[in-house]
Amino acid sequence: MPKWFMPLAGINAVMFAAAPFIIASANYEATMGLVQKIFYFHMPSASMFLVSAVVCGIASARYLFGGSPRQDRLAYAAAELAVLFGAITLVTGPLWARKAWGVWWAWDVRLTSSLMGWMVAWAYLLVRKYGGPGSDKLAAGLALFGMANVPFVYISVNYWRTIHPKTSVVPTLPADMGMALWFSFASFLVLFVLLLRLRVYLEEERTKLDALYLSLDE
Amino acid sequence: MIRTAWLVLKKDLTVEVRSLEIAYTTLFFAVSCVLFFAFALVKEGKAPEDGAAGILWIAIAFAGTLALGRTFERERQSETLRALLMAPADRPAIYVGKLLGIIALLIAAEIVLVPLVAFLFQAPLLSHPFWLAAVLISGTIGFAAVGTLFSAMLVRARSRDVLLPVLLYPITVPVIIAGVRATAELLQPDVELSLVRFWVALLLALDVVFVTLALWTFEPLMTD
Repeated sequence: MPKWFMPLAGINAVMFAAAPFIIASANYEATMGLVQKIFYFHMPSASMFLVSAVVCGIASARYLFGGSPRQDRLAYAAAELAVLFGAITLVTGPLWARKAWGVWWAWDVRLTSSLMGWMVAWAYLLVRKYGGPGSDKLAAGLALFGMANVPFVYISVNYWRTIHPKTSVVPTLPADMGMALWFSFASFLVLFVLLLRLRVYLEEERTKLDALYLSLDE
Repeated sequence: MIRTAWLVLKKDLTVEVRSLEIAYTTLFFAVSCVLFFAFALVKEGKAPEDGAAGILWIAIAFAGTLALGRTFERERQSETLRALLMAPADRPAIYVGKLLGIIALLIAAEIVLVPLVAFLFQAPLLSHPFWLAAVLISGTIGFAAVGTLFSAMLVRARSRDVLLPVLLYPITVPVIIAGVRATAELLQPDVELSLVRFWVALLLALDVVFVTLALWTFEPLMTD
């Protein structure tokens, strides 16, 4: 593990411990009240979900065209994080929507494309687990198609008539809410980096172990 | 390049025409699929609104999955896919040839399915034949573009029958959504052609993205 990992993990723990207080101290939104505070977890985790999908896609492309196993390990780790942050997004979203729209789920473009992206991440993991030899390339091909979905998810709210709030909401937030949001965002970003590094490390150790087993057999 | 694609297509069609195995089994499967939906959904002689559009596309997607699996299973049996890849030909050309074969097969299935669905669900599917053809062809290209790439890749994988839908369906969801919405719009009493045009444009955009990505990745993906 790199030297920066443990100190950064400590800082991140403090950030997540402080986040509830900062979120609580931000003003209540006029119409939504307490429920609006879900947004401070929903938007950062949704962003990390998209970031994971992009990291996975780029690493997969580099693996396919360059062949470095390092990129493959990175793509694998990012796909798992896409499933994790996607799950947080898809749980917090309906909790908010139940109050705001009156329904848990709507077949809106953004919701549908997010769910689809999450399913692609699951498909990636399923292929890696059950595909047998050669599944790493197969999964890399899938990740490229999954990445093509990301810009679609991002722009969907601005170009289509949907009920999901637009991306332009974020810059218009009052200072206290913006502060809380960006603090949460930073916490999630650091968490993402930490988890990604930890997962890549785990995969590196596994590769080493496999190599040792192989050399023992010979 | 075009010649190689044409040769692969001609080979596939010749094999298929001699046995008609995939054509018959796929079509039989698709028809049974439509019948199941007819039993489940048609009540007192009336099908639910937009039901026909959804059922037509589900039948196409399921039959397409089956056809994709069989086409490449045939190539696997005596390692002919490996032989094809070892031939001194452009890999993308081989992909294009395979893709055209699948598209031809699916369009043949659709020619039977459309009148059947129109008949069983009393849907005016044939009132705008040109637009329906545009929707079906552009949708089939998108579905087959992804399907051909993934089933070619899966030839070497374990449990490929299960993994093909796992890979194919999440990626092709937008194609199916656009296809269903456009077909449903065509079934309305007064069709709004601007909406249909929008969905067909989206389908064509997806076709371009999928075919480009597939051509770009086919070479590294099929290299051992």
